[in-house]
Amino acid sequence: MKLVFKLLVIFFSSINLFSQNNTFPSASSVIKKIDFNMLSKSQIINSEMIVYGKRKSRTIRSRGYSEGLDKNFTEYLYPEREKGTKMLRLDDRLWIYSPSTDRIIQLSGHLLRQSLMGSDLSYEDMMEERKLSEIYNAKIVAEEKIEDRDVWKMELTALVDDINYFKRILWVDKERYVPIKEDLFAKSGELLKRISFYNFKKTDGRWYPRKMNYRDMLKNGKGTDFIINEIKFNVSIPDQYFLKSTLKE
Amino acid sequence: MIKFLVKGILRDPSKSIIPIFVISIGVMVTVVVSGMVKGILSDIVNKNANLDTGHLKIMTKPYADNKDQLPNDLAILDLSILKDSLELNYPNVDWAPRIKFGGIIDVPDEEGETKIQGPTLGLAYSILDKESKELKRLGIENSLIKGEIPKAENQILISDEFANKLNLNPGDEITFFGSTMEGSMVFEKLIMSGTIRFGTPVLDKGSFIMDLSYAQKILDMDDGAGELLGFLDKEIYNPIKAEEIKKDFNKKNAKNLDEFAPIMLTLRDQNDLAPTLDLMDLIIGIFIFVFVSAMSLVLWNTGLMGGLRRYNEFGIRLALGESKPKVYKFLLMESLIIGTIGSFIGTILGVSFCYYLQEVGLDFSDELAGASIVMPSIMRAHISIDLFFIGFIPGLVSMFFGTALSGRGIFKRETARLFKELEV
Repeated sequence: MKLVFKLLVIFFSSINLFSQNNTFPSASSVIKKIDFNMLSKSQIINSEMIVYGKRKSRTIRSRGYSEGLDKNFTEYLYPEREKGTKMLRLDDRLWIYSPSTDRIIQLSGHLLRQSLMGSDLSYEDMMEERKLSEIYNAKIVAEEKIEDRDVWKMELTALVDDINYFKRILWVDKERYVPIKEDLFAKSGELLKRISFYNFKKTDGRWYPRKMNYRDMLKNGKGTDFIINEIKFNVSIPDQYFLKSTLKE
Repeated sequence: MIKFLVKGILRDPSKSIIPIFVISIGVMVTVVVSGMVKGILSDIVNKNANLDTGHLKIMTKPYADNKDQLPNDLAILDLSILKDSLELNYPNVDWAPRIKFGGIIDVPDEEGETKIQGPTLGLAYSILDKESKELKRLGIENSLIKGEIPKAENQILISDEFANKLNLNPGDEITFFGSTMEGSMVFEKLIMSGTIRFGTPVLDKGSFIMDLSYAQKILDMDDGAGELLGFLDKEIYNPIKAEEIKKDFNKKNAKNLDEFAPIMLTLRDQNDLAPTLDLMDLIIGIFIFVFVSAMSLVLWNTGLMGGLRRYNEFGIRLALGESKPKVYKFLLMESLIIGTIGSFIGTILGVSFCYYLQEVGLDFSDELAGASIVMPSIMRAHISIDLFFIGFIPGLVSMFFGTALSGRGIFKRETARLFKELEV
């Protein structure tokens, strides 16, 4: 009798497993495809950030260079007040160079949670470049439709401790394998940030959004738009861009 | 008659020494406790008013809603217009604009790279404007630990505790890293001219003082301020007057539909001070009532005991022909003299002890180390005129009342029984 019962359990579990597999692909394969689209060996980005303030909006233009997951250099080009300011990230260390004082200041610890230039992004957000597949356990929880696109709703839970957001909910385009919307949560379950992705274009075989809106959900406001004017993938970047000594040059 | 009574009290200390001792102790304790509680209350009010709340405070509505986040993007702009109108409408109030802002103080090494740094709270006051009362109001000169008051706009005072943590000495250069009211980055090289002790743990942990006009310049807040504080005439907080001004101002601005319209709060409306002050007032009231009642009972009992002990004396005096009302009157007069002496001694001792606690105070800085509200770290007593009455009157009245009750026995003495007692 026990044997029959065990066989029935195995049989129905298998049916359930197969039926889920028929509906949803493996979550880890989806996450890996997202990583492929969103991350590359190197990138050069010309971008502008529109910070929607309570009284007025500001536009900040910059050029960013990144190599691998742990090297990033950004030079601010506009407005005049920010022009010449440079940021260099190597691993988990961040240096900011200010031309007005000719000083390099290192930011670390909880200071990295401060807002980046009054935007809805923190320095930590800007620094987070790790592969989702390596730091989150993913599962697909539903199928939905967002702006006429079929998406999988995915729930990502942190696998590591040193992470900015313990949980993420992603709405991933079924066809392009890019997130259309992302909600970022604290360990307490509080919704901290929402990112909306727009204007996807295919470059060098990968889909990439040309506009993102970051909203700090603890503030009232329209958030911050991050617009990519130009992006180049897998280009060779001279090593000197990632040297602290060249920040002052 | 008084001279006669005083002579009697002095020549026969057995009938006065215990009551005078009891009254003195009771009155002294009442005076010390009242002085201490009032001192703590007045310190809390003054400290909050001078450092944070003012007697009145004007902010924009959205700034007031989020003031814990120091939202300078929601600050008051066109400050001079607002200030002119306030000075016209409320001429007896001194208006002091202030800015609070967060950031990092970064100390460079010899090569100009970060040696040590820490998060900080910047406090911008008008300290270089010679017409401003802020230097005196904040008691900066008296709170200076090292160095001197800033004389140039790029000079700052850092809390002594924070400066020690950063190994800074007067004359050292630091870089302030923060953001303008719109969020742009601010890098500013500043000189620490001296260190200061705020006497409030939350500020002593990591704050610095900068001149207001310079802060307006580096934070892009030209003619703007986060808060506009009002201080009433002679810098004395008058809750009724403050409430009147608040109601009038807010009524005038009620129709202002601007999202950034100003709103006025009184000291009591801020930092949860209303319930704190009300609770402390209630506690003082209950304490003084209970204490004075208990003391009155003790003194009443002392009067009763004294009256009973002198049962025979009254008998002899009645037998010698003194009238009952006269003996009773003498007894009451005597109690008034004893009460006056005891209350006088108790008040002098109490006020002296209060003076010591006013000058030296009780240090609670360790207990308040983690406090996040503006609280004085040294609690002091405060000597005021009412301390001279708060113990004196109950001391006098209760002694008199106790004697009046016990003395009623005089009228119950019967002449026949009196002679019988005297034979014994």
